[in-house]
Amino acid sequence: MAKVDFKVPAVEEYLKTPELQPGAMAKSAPFKAAPRHQEALGFPGELVEDWERRAVAKLADLLKKYRSLRVHLDACVKCGSCADKCQYFLGTGDPKNMPVARQDLLRSIYRRHFTLAGKLFPRLVGARDLDPSVLEEWYGYFHQCSQCRRCSVFCPYGIDTAEISMAAREILDEIGIGQKYCNEILGKVHTLGNNLGLPAPALANTLEGLEEDVKEDTGADVRFPLDVQGAEVLLIAPSADFFAEPHIDGLIGYAKVFHQAGVSWTLSSYASEAANFAMFIGNYEQMRKVALRIRKAAIDLKVKRIIVGECGHAWRVAYSFWNTLAGPFDFLDPRYPVPQHIIEFTHDLIERGAIKLDKEANDHMRVTFHDSCNVARATRMGARPGGQFVLPREVIKASCNHFFDMAPETIGEKTFCCGGGGGLLTDELLELRVKGALPRMQALREVHKEHGVTHMAAICAICKSQFSKVLPYYEFPMETIVSVHQLVSNAIQLGKNS
Amino acid sequence: MPILTVIFALLLYGAAAVFVVGVSYRVFTYARTPAPLKIPTMPAPVTRAGVVFRVAREVGLFESLFKSSKWTWIFAVMFHLGLLLEVLRHLRYFIQPIWFWVVLVQPFGVYGGMMMVAGLLGLLGRRLLIARVRYISQPSDYLILLLLLGIGVSGFAITFLHHTDIVSFKAFVLGLLYFDWQPVPANPLLLAHLSMVAALLIVFPFSKLLHAPGVFFSPTRNQVDDARERRHLAPWAAQLTGGGDEV
Repeated sequence: MAKVDFKVPAVEEYLKTPELQPGAMAKSAPFKAAPRHQEALGFPGELVEDWERRAVAKLADLLKKYRSLRVHLDACVKCGSCADKCQYFLGTGDPKNMPVARQDLLRSIYRRHFTLAGKLFPRLVGARDLDPSVLEEWYGYFHQCSQCRRCSVFCPYGIDTAEISMAAREILDEIGIGQKYCNEILGKVHTLGNNLGLPAPALANTLEGLEEDVKEDTGADVRFPLDVQGAEVLLIAPSADFFAEPHIDGLIGYAKVFHQAGVSWTLSSYASEAANFAMFIGNYEQMRKVALRIRKAAIDLKVKRIIVGECGHAWRVAYSFWNTLAGPFDFLDPRYPVPQHIIEFTHDLIERGAIKLDKEANDHMRVTFHDSCNVARATRMGARPGGQFVLPREVIKASCNHFFDMAPETIGEKTFCCGGGGGLLTDELLELRVKGALPRMQALREVHKEHGVTHMAAICAICKSQFSKVLPYYEFPMETIVSVHQLVSNAIQLGKNS
Repeated sequence: MPILTVIFALLLYGAAAVFVVGVSYRVFTYARTPAPLKIPTMPAPVTRAGVVFRVAREVGLFESLFKSSKWTWIFAVMFHLGLLLEVLRHLRYFIQPIWFWVVLVQPFGVYGGMMMVAGLLGLLGRRLLIARVRYISQPSDYLILLLLLGIGVSGFAITFLHHTDIVSFKAFVLGLLYFDWQPVPANPLLLAHLSMVAALLIVFPFSKLLHAPGVFFSPTRNQVDDARERRHLAPWAAQLTGGGDEV
């Protein structure tokens, strides 16, 4: 059992809406970025002197650039239907973790400075002045939002707290208050090409090691190519796939699928990262810069297709934003969508009978699937809406005999965040991450009891890392979490296609 | 011309002007502000027609609210549907001769009024009784409910307690429309009713009542899921250069 200096919430028979506990998470805040992390991204190193003026000016700028922000700040009627939908509220009871209350932290300043009612009658409409305590509150509570968009599904106007928290983080960066975890990582991506700061020789070394491991395991010469010009496919995987468990078993799965399909592929040492943490800090320019690295890698390597590995927010950026940020991708083969998800690729091969899977290889597992928030609510797979729910499940069911879904109100578009998304996957936020995982743990406990589920598959690097960390707090072994392509990897029949 | 008529004529003209100009300005602002990224809440329709249908379901059936909270949905439907019926019923004061369907709607309008008041009481009850909703409520949230309740209750009072002279009231309304002012009936309940309607119109463009136009402009609901097929680029984003290796 892991060491605990906070109370792990009790998992009940069913998910309860907690009593309000004002201030319960008031002290939760991630480490702040050092001046060098800030300045590397072009943000002020520390709190600027005229921060109040610059914060309001930045808000004005964002209101002109983002219709979502403008409409979502105006339209809320405080009906409260989002209030009990956020995993952080459900796990902590802190009322400021209700999506509407979180939005109000920014909305109150918007009303004071940008609406007539807020200028004339601030008390009446909940408008307030920007002071240092507001900044602290913003920093704390906008880093208790994983930008998972669950609230937006239930809002009658589609108000998306992710849009609000991205804007708030952008304003904070603008006045010199950045989050260390995200901003330090972005600096590494800009210089070394991945979140880990893994240099090209180390990456090459890791991949060679994997080739040897797979050879030993299977006897097959499965390649993990790096920087191969003229390959058919550029694979953009989250860098956690290169070293973390269970991520790496997923990477081995992708490699086996390419091997068996006979499709040439390559990784890029220049763009060795699918993740794009610029989305978490709401910064369009940074997000564009990271996306452009991938465009350049695809052009330099003269590939025909780009396929993205198992990573939730990366798939959001790739599916929904790449064409905008770094398109048009008219230099790629027009017969394939740009980009494709590795699940789409594998699913197509399974449907065509181009790879053979032996489900019995996974008979030691009883599997459920965790829909990752960004995949579920911000992207699609395949041609039809909802394909993002269907395709991964079909790949899993083709790879194993025992699959059981969790309760319907906890999967699909209503899926709960793992608790570690949106730039919160950092150790100092552990209490928040453990508590935020409660709704998922409750649903998992249910299928564990009812169907003897032993493993939970996911297609997101953050989900996998988060669950590896928090599962033990809820008395599940950390090996419960697996990659979807790990199941494929176990089941795939190498060299036996015909 | 009695001073009362002048006051009410000017009040109603003013309120209508604030409402029309204020809401138009807001709608213009929403329409002019770009949505630089594709952010529909998925699963989303993949065609424009599908999006029209999605927004229509949101506006007509409160689809997302239904997913979220059945009680809130019931009260919200009662209020909004009741209000719609009442507004249609009140059309008879604005047109001469009265259209056929407006005649048909008259009896339903009264039930609409009852439904509206009951829905508002339900919404007010939620706001007072549920700790989560009470926490997020500002004074203005209660005041708007009370204002709408005031409009509903004063309307009933006119119908059932202190009937006003409908013929002369209609003459007053038509007089406003055709700039040929006629005296307003000096029924205090009617005057209260009219004052509160004017207040609602004035408050509308400066309050959360902007959810009405807002729902049509919310990118999470009105965008097509076609990011891979169609490049979506806001004018300000198209201006960006540098910030990476230019390719």
